[in-house]
Amino acid sequence: MIDRSLTLKLLSAAVVFGAWEIAGRVPISYAFPTFLESMSALARMTFDGSIFVAYGQTLSPLAIGVAISAVVGIGMGLWIGLSARFEWLFAPIFVVMQTAPLAALIPILVMVYGIGLTSKVFVVCIMAMPVIVLNTAAAVRNTPASLKEMATSYLARDHEILWKIILPAASPMIFAGLRLGVSAGFIGAILSELKITPTGVGDIITFSRSIADYPSMYAAIFSIILLAVLFLNLLGTLENILFKGNNRGYVTD
Amino acid sequence: MRHAVPADDIAVSVRNVSKTYGDVQALKDLTLDFPRGQLTSLLGPSGCGKTTLLKIIAGLLPANSGQILVNGQTVAGPGPDRAFVFQDFALLPWATVIRNVAFGLELRGLARSEREAIAEKYIREVGLAGFEQKYPHQLSGGMRQRVGLARALSVNAQVLLLDEPFSAVDEQTRRKFQEDLLELVKHEKKTFIFVTHSIEEAVYVSDQIAILLPRPSRVHEIIRPSNFRDKGVDNIRRDPEYLDIVDGIWASLRSYVE
Repeated sequence: MIDRSLTLKLLSAAVVFGAWEIAGRVPISYAFPTFLESMSALARMTFDGSIFVAYGQTLSPLAIGVAISAVVGIGMGLWIGLSARFEWLFAPIFVVMQTAPLAALIPILVMVYGIGLTSKVFVVCIMAMPVIVLNTAAAVRNTPASLKEMATSYLARDHEILWKIILPAASPMIFAGLRLGVSAGFIGAILSELKITPTGVGDIITFSRSIADYPSMYAAIFSIILLAVLFLNLLGTLENILFKGNNRGYVTD
Repeated sequence: MRHAVPADDIAVSVRNVSKTYGDVQALKDLTLDFPRGQLTSLLGPSGCGKTTLLKIIAGLLPANSGQILVNGQTVAGPGPDRAFVFQDFALLPWATVIRNVAFGLELRGLARSEREAIAEKYIREVGLAGFEQKYPHQLSGGMRQRVGLARALSVNAQVLLLDEPFSAVDEQTRRKFQEDLLELVKHEKKTFIFVTHSIEEAVYVSDQIAILLPRPSRVHEIIRPSNFRDKGVDNIRRDPEYLDIVDGIWASLRSYVE
């Protein structure tokens, strides 16, 4: 018998894609292609290589932005979580970043940083970083006091408490923040390609729409969602490998 | 029932310790000696400062005034001469039993093979052989506290500080723990300081019982049971001296319990 959870996942995908196919055939809009049309467009772009060229362009601001957001975000989150003064100083910035209407702010970014890679990386970071920072800070602040006390009583130094207690204890929430941040980063990467300069996947979306090639447009959107889902699963696997046993909560709860 | 103990047989000495939390006086000018190789219980109603005193001895809380001497030396913070067993076990949920037990040694910089060999010995000693690779969430409450005990034993401290270690485990497990603790005191040659709110438990396991009373916190009485310790674990609970001491302690604590 096949794994039950895998069966359910396949079934769920079949339901969604089936609904898509039906909605496309009705059709609910002439701008909404069927699932099979979109998939054949995706296959065509895959075989002529254009999708890979597009991802070559889209992935660089995405990868740079997500990497910066993860490293700086976790670092800032740790700092904010450990120091009340630092929280007072910096937490509001990230709250503003998280709530600001980004699309409206993009023209300012373009005026300052131009239409190149820098502006796009900024958009990805503004989307991805706040939730990583705020989640990390909250997780650090909620480290169980008894674990820190235990480490102190067994002569842990400050850096050992950080690496051996605070970070692993905060890891479930840090990873939750990373998952949300990375998803937002994917949205930011496409947004920057739609709003700043059309390159990569954003170019496929814009161009296909302008010539009414809707299957290609939806194929591009589908592919970026697929990539995001695969990457999020990878993050989950990484978390399980790094912090096995941590996903069951605290034994004293 | 008071006996003087020679000064060099005192492992831990608390001298005129006071501690306040804001306006609340947790401990006031408290002086108490803990004889080497024996188990001393700190017993009292809630709010009498017994856990505070234990944490001050551990170096986890600073005292406002007074001194803690361990083997005649003043101590100001946690040290290798003391190991703590926590009421809520304080196990790392992301670490296996063996890593949890070896955690104190890990922090002392021992090589992995060396510390795991020591940890394995104490895991066997507390009766958890075969559970080395399990995670805390896979163990019962009693087994988790055995892990906490093994961790404290493995750092080979002379003084073990136990903060209501059996309060989170069920009654039957607790009785087994108490019997095992008596064996441990007999064989480990360590000094045990044991915080409990159970009168029966204190009298059952202790060589010396310090009764603490609140508002302001102070040592009310020190009781040293003399007769029933060597009569075997099965006979303690029906020994007349045991029953008298339990009743006597209840008589002095009764008026402080809300």
